[in-house]
Parts: sequence; structure tokens; C-alpha cells
Amino acid sequence: MNAYEIVLKSREKGRPTAVRYISRIVEGFIELHGDRRFADDKAIVGGVGFVGGMPVTVIGIEKGEDTNDKIAHNFGCAHPEGYRKAMRLMKEAEKFGRPVLCFVDTSGAYCGIGAEERGQSEAIASSILEMIRLKTPTLSIVIGEGGSGGALGLCAADEVWITETSTYSVISPEGCASILWKDSARVAEASECLKMTADDLAVLGAVERVIPERDFSEEFFADLKADIVRFFRGKRGIPAEELVEARYKRFRKF
Amino acid sequence: MKFDLKKFFSRKPKNELEGAGVPPQPQPNADPAAAAEAAIPEKLAEKCEKCGQIVLSADMDENFGVCPKCGHYKKITARARISMCVDAFEELFAEEQSGNILGFPGYDEKLAALREKTGEKDGVVCGTGTIGGERCAVFSMDYRFQMGSMGHTVGEKITRTFEYAAERRLPVVGFILSGGARMQEGIVSLMQMAKTSAAVAKHAEAGLLYIAVLTDPTTGGVSASFAFEADVIVAEKGALIGFAGPRVIEQTIRQKLPEGFQRAEFLQEKGFVDLIVERREMKEKLSALLKIHAADASAAEEVSL
Ligand SMILES: [Zn+2]
Repeated sequence: MNAYEIVLKSREKGRPTAVRYISRIVEGFIELHGDRRFADDKAIVGGVGFVGGMPVTVIGIEKGEDTNDKIAHNFGCAHPEGYRKAMRLMKEAEKFGRPVLCFVDTSGAYCGIGAEERGQSEAIASSILEMIRLKTPTLSIVIGEGGSGGALGLCAADEVWITETSTYSVISPEGCASILWKDSARVAEASECLKMTADDLAVLGAVERVIPERDFSEEFFADLKADIVRFFRGKRGIPAEELVEARYKRFRKF
Repeated sequence: MKFDLKKFFSRKPKNELEGAGVPPQPQPNADPAAAAEAAIPEKLAEKCEKCGQIVLSADMDENFGVCPKCGHYKKITARARISMCVDAFEELFAEEQSGNILGFPGYDEKLAALREKTGEKDGVVCGTGTIGGERCAVFSMDYRFQMGSMGHTVGEKITRTFEYAAERRLPVVGFILSGGARMQEGIVSLMQMAKTSAAVAKHAEAGLLYIAVLTDPTTGGVSASFAFEADVIVAEKGALIGFAGPRVIEQTIRQKLPEGFQRAEFLQEKGFVDLIVERREMKEKLSALLKIHAADASAAEEVSL
């Protein structure tokens, strides 16, 4: 597959969204709603549950599965209240020493009047800030589109993993072609140039692990779950300051 | 046979905050419907305050105080709530009570009458127990005592519950029902908001869990203090939750409020409630939340990988 094919694949209809990952990986999930400020943003689904007997806080950017579902979840484009909900849940996890697991799948944070009025930039900035200094282990997994700041808001983690046909980029290839070359037809070329596919990202050190998708079979979810358990188990007993310092170094290297 | 019960039963329980000092007036028993009601042996049957249908009390109790005909949530007493959700309950601070601090006219008589009628010293019952096996400190507010209004006794008992829980490293589960502060205790009542908040803060600083269960109604000074200071805010389905009561708002803005305004579902949409739970599932949900928060991430069981 070339880069543009992967871009298309990352947005493909029928691809499992965050709620599917949660239902396959998290036991006894209890969804917790709202930012306690303005609204409950359905583009971000969050809550608590167990992974392999370990309590976790789970946050996912949810695109929705069918048309109505997509509309309900605003196509996975979060408003400021979505990032504020995520932050609130991360702070709650920190208080109880619970690891945080994020599933990221968004073409980007929502662009609109309300989003600007309520401080989309401030919300994403604060989310990065809170996450990067969170005193509990964090893992983010890009499961489709990792669209720019809207994705980074939930990717300031100890490690970032990505499934093999997902992308993570500063801008969409369409946006890049149109802004840089004033030619939206050059999307495929932009897809290559941006180095936004899983394998390229691994070479650049922007992700730690590329996960084979195996047609999103039961085995795929079972193995991913086992990897997540192993990852968090490996973080046990590490003092919070060391976690934060390692995270600092992870991003400092860029 | 069709009763015209509407007239008699539409007499809503008076908001105790408004009726300060006015002793309850005996109602004339001229309405034939009242005679019909009187003919129902006590405790055998009751009338749903929403749909007006007569329901066997046994059916109502078995259904968690939810009307089997229309699904309306009947208000339940503090102790009924505890017995629904808490096992091995042991009451604490039961002797706590205060009097007419400000010498407010008629308040002594009011307190005496409510104590006589309810068998409670004031509007909250506190203690410890287990929910789904998880040990916790509990407080539960009682609508019969001036709609759970918070005066010195209520504030003191809730504060002591948080202090007790902080000392023993227990989570707190609070079943909240309140119309707000108790007017007859004036500034002392207002200070309960700050006092309880200070105790919540200390408990939170110790890294301990507090789950607030907001039930119908949660308004005024209680909503603006410990009700919204919890780690997890659960609302009972359909509960009225807000700062000002709907009638006050309607009078202020001279507009009719939309259907569903200030209900639990509205609050969840606006971002203020973590989850809405049906009464019959309350115990199970609280137990799950307590277990997740009690679970130690560093001591997770080994699973085969
Ligand atoms: Zn009814």
C-alpha cells in the first residue's frame, strides 16, 4: 500500500472505532460524562473499567459507526468541552493512581464558532500540558486518523502506538496540498511527503510501536489487550517523577 | 369506579422553606375522595403522586419505590435509601441535634413536630456499611425533614462523616436530597456550606473517593456545596437538580421553563453529571464504582498473556 492508500484506509467505513476497542479490551466499562463546565461532548467517550484485572481510565475519540451514530459523535471532531472532559478524567485517574489509556481517531478538533468562543486552542493546550505532567502511566493508541493538534491533545503519553493502516500528521494531505501547492489534486503526493503512515512515524520515533491489524480479528484485540496489560504492568512501581521525566525526554528529543 | 382524586391529591407537600414557622394545618375532610383515601388501610395501599393510581404498598416497596403503573420515582426516606443500597449499616452521630439557634419564631415547635412525626432528630442519617462488599462511610438525607434542608445538625453530621472517613481511609457515598439551606438557621446554615466543603476538601486531599448520588431534589445551598464536590457525580434518573428551584426561576424571568429543564438528563447533557442511574440499579452501580476506585493498579492480578 502506498501512503495515500493508507490515508484512505485509515478513514474507511467499517473500520473499528474507539467504542469497539473499548468493548473488546475493557471489562466492566462505566462511562462517565461531562466536563463539569459546559457540556458532555460525545466526540470523546471516557470512563473507568478494568484491563486484565487492572483498573484503568479509558478515553477515546469516537467517530461513530453508522450515519446517525457519526452525527451523534460529530464525526470524531471534539469541541473544547471534549478535551476538558478528557482532562478531568485524567486528573481523576491521577488521584487514584490509575493508568490512562487513550484511543485516538480524529480528522482534527472541530472548527467552528462555538469551539473558538469556548477556547479550542486553550482546551487542547491545557490537555497536552496536563497529560504530559500526569503522575500516572499513560498510553495512547492511534486507531485511525491522528489528525493534528486534535489528536496530540490525547497523545502526550508515555508511549504512542499506532495500528498499521493508521496515520498521524500535522495536517491532512488535502490541506497540505491545497495550502502548500494550491493544488488539491496533489493529495497522493502530499500523503507521501508528510511521512504520516505508521511505518514512517516509527522511523521518526513519533510512535513506539506499529500494531499489525490482521483484519481487526478477535486475535488482534486479544493480543492488543495483552500488550496493553504488559505495558502498564511494566510501569508498576516506577515513581511518578520518573514517569514524568521519561515523558519529558520522549518529547524533548524532537 | 372512578375517583376524582385530583383535587384532593394535587395538594402538593408545602415547601417547608416557604412555610417557616407555620404549623401544619389540619385539612377539612369534606372531600369524598379524602374519605376514600382514609378508607384505605394504612400501609396496604398508597396513591402515586404522579399518575394518581392506587398502588399496593407492597408492590411499590418491591419496585424500589417506583410506581409500577407510571414509573414515577416516589421520594424515599433516608433509611429506606440506606436499606436499598447499604449492607451491614451502623449508624453514627445519631444523637447529634441542635435547637433554635437564632430564636427564630415558631422554629422550636416546627422542629418538635418534625421530630415527633418522623422519629428522626434531623434531616440526615449517617454511618458506615458496605456496598457490594466495599466498606464505606455513608450519609443519606431525608425529604420529610423540611425537604432535607441543611441547618447546623445536617452540616455537622455530614462534616463528621467526612472527618471519620478521612481518619479511617474510607470512601464516602452520599445520598443527597435537599431543597437547600435552612432559612430558620440564617447565617449558621450558610456556614454549613463552607464547613462541609472544607471537610470534603480534606478527605479529597487524603486521596480518598467521594461519590455523590443526587436525588430528587438537589437544589440550593446543598447543590452549591458538597453535592457538586465529588469525584464521581451520579444522578438518579429524572431527579431535579439545580441552584434555584424552577418556580423561582419562572417567577424571575416570567417565562415557562422547557420540559426536562434541570432534570438529571439535562445536567448530563450540559456536562455536570457523570452518569444517570435507575434506582433499582443503584446498589450495583455504586458497588462497581467503589470496586474500580479501590482496585490497586500496582497489584493487578496476573492474567495469562
Ligand atoms: Zn404512578
